[in-house]
Amino acid sequence: MSYNVNEKGYYGDFGGAFIPEMLYPNIEALRQNYLNVMAEPEFQKEFNQLLKDYVGRPSPLYFAKRLSKKFNTKIYLKREDLNHTGAHKVNNTIGQILMAKRLGKTRIIAETGAGQHGVATATVCALMGLECIVYMGEIDIARQAPNVARMKMLGATVIPATSGSKTLKDATNEAIRDWINNPKNTHYIIGSAIGPHPYPDMVTRFQSVISEEIQWQLKEKEGREHPDYVVACIGGGSNAAGTYYHFLDHDDVGIIAVEAAGKGIQSGKSAATSALGKEGIIHGCKTLLMQTKDGQITEPYSISAGLDYPGVGPLHAHLYKTGRAEFYSATDDEAMQAGLELTKLEGIIPAIETAHALAVFTHKTFKPDDIVVISLSGRGDKDLQNYIDYFNL
Amino acid sequence: MNRIHQKLQEDKKLLSIYFTAGYPNLNDTITIIQNLEKSGVDLIEIGLPFSDPLADGPTIQGSSTQALKNGMTTEVLFNQLQDIRKSVSIPLIIMGYFNPILQYGVVAFCEKCQEVGIDGLIIPDLPIDVFEEQYKTSFEKHGLINVFLITPQTSEQRIRYIDSMSNGFIYMVSSASTTGAKSGFGEEQTNYFKRIADMNLNNPQIVGFGISNQETFTQATQYTKGAIIGSAFVKFIKNNPLGDIKNFIRSIIG
Repeated sequence: MSYNVNEKGYYGDFGGAFIPEMLYPNIEALRQNYLNVMAEPEFQKEFNQLLKDYVGRPSPLYFAKRLSKKFNTKIYLKREDLNHTGAHKVNNTIGQILMAKRLGKTRIIAETGAGQHGVATATVCALMGLECIVYMGEIDIARQAPNVARMKMLGATVIPATSGSKTLKDATNEAIRDWINNPKNTHYIIGSAIGPHPYPDMVTRFQSVISEEIQWQLKEKEGREHPDYVVACIGGGSNAAGTYYHFLDHDDVGIIAVEAAGKGIQSGKSAATSALGKEGIIHGCKTLLMQTKDGQITEPYSISAGLDYPGVGPLHAHLYKTGRAEFYSATDDEAMQAGLELTKLEGIIPAIETAHALAVFTHKTFKPDDIVVISLSGRGDKDLQNYIDYFNL
Repeated sequence: MNRIHQKLQEDKKLLSIYFTAGYPNLNDTITIIQNLEKSGVDLIEIGLPFSDPLADGPTIQGSSTQALKNGMTTEVLFNQLQDIRKSVSIPLIIMGYFNPILQYGVVAFCEKCQEVGIDGLIIPDLPIDVFEEQYKTSFEKHGLINVFLITPQTSEQRIRYIDSMSNGFIYMVSSASTTGAKSGFGEEQTNYFKRIADMNLNNPQIVGFGISNQETFTQATQYTKGAIIGSAFVKFIKNNPLGDIKNFIRSIIG
């Protein structure tokens, strides 16, 4: 079985492009061109150069000695938190801004939840001198003020999404509506492995630099390319998709996804899509999503704004349905404790999104000689206020 | 014969009105339909509200959110429409996003549409290739006309394909926009309407988006079979009693 997208844009039962006709010309142009553009030597050269000199790649694969001792297994951390702008998000925005330029687009739009993707998009727009408009839920704007300020400094226009629940889902709706209203000059940089085909595959490919590096870095350190497990947190699923990519078709590598359980899966305040979701359509793709029995999309909850999304990418829905990946979910409390634990044991303050992946150890026991690679997708600077409030620091 | 086909044969420019079911009040659906028919409207699009209407601007988003708050669901709508054919004969189309229909079950949805007397469906985010492969047979079996959209950006080749897959009319989106975003037409739109008219398609075209009054209705129908008013009507029933619907319609078609 292949876990990659097929030529029609599906991962098993999931994916596709369920879009209004207004979006068809842009999505179709992207679908026809993205693989060719990405394969161009000039594109590859420019992409890799920027990842190296601007983003600071390769990101280290760090053996976490004290964390390993505590959980009696061998834990490596893939340090995406050390990237420029503080998270894995920039891998994708660098790729997509180069794509946008080659497609002749001059205006960039994006959605953002916690603000990390918005900052990463505003950053590459500043780098390339392109106009940047970021849609962000009104509620998220209030709770992520530092990232809003960063985007403004970078020259982006931040537009509040005031519809629906005023969070990431609605920011995504507004960005799509902007694209419908501006079909000629605009490229939409989606930040996660979601949306209509080819977005999930394109974003995954740009993020796959993570798993590509893990292979050779682990070879250097352990003499083998394949860990026993790769672990990542999942909201929409872009850091997870990039962390899994080169291991998808290798059954010797276990794939683990950790979702946000919020206050608990049955609490009514959760974002654990695999447990609570059903097959349906969200933001242009068929996937698992949280919805009412009538097919209205419901509001997720997580302490982490980046995991606060009612769906998962179609790749992840496929990994879940086929059993290729193990899915766990961590509550707010488990994640916050895991975040603090990493800080105390290794001197690394993780983003709260990332802290969910670290909470895997409260749900699964690994063998002493297992090699477990965890995607440390982002750093915790942006979450300081949350940490302060939670721990009364 | 399907009521839409009958209507399309009439020698006149057709006025189609969209409203969101369950808005302004949950049980207004039947009254709105009856008043529209009495006022001389030709087609009615009943909006099945969705939490995330991607192609809609603020007015229809707002009416959808309110309708859902009022308690509108697919099942409630079908219950309201159960006896609709005892009182009206106007062609009725349900317009809705795909996810609620998918959750109801597409085949069950088509069966129910036929049972209550729905004539056609507009599902903006159901791709034409998926329709062709998976659902076309069910639609046809239950006598439902599926209406596809074209926009100023749609290529000629794709318009021909959409025409070949249509069996009623083509919903011609007037400009690159969400609903209710723009009002009034310029030379660009007129040229587009004419360009499509010159293609001599098998299916007549009905224009939507940007029509709000008599002037825009006349402009939109110069080269086409009819026009659709959505946001402007939704705004009207927000601010006026349902009994005044005839005044709104009269202001469009005299």
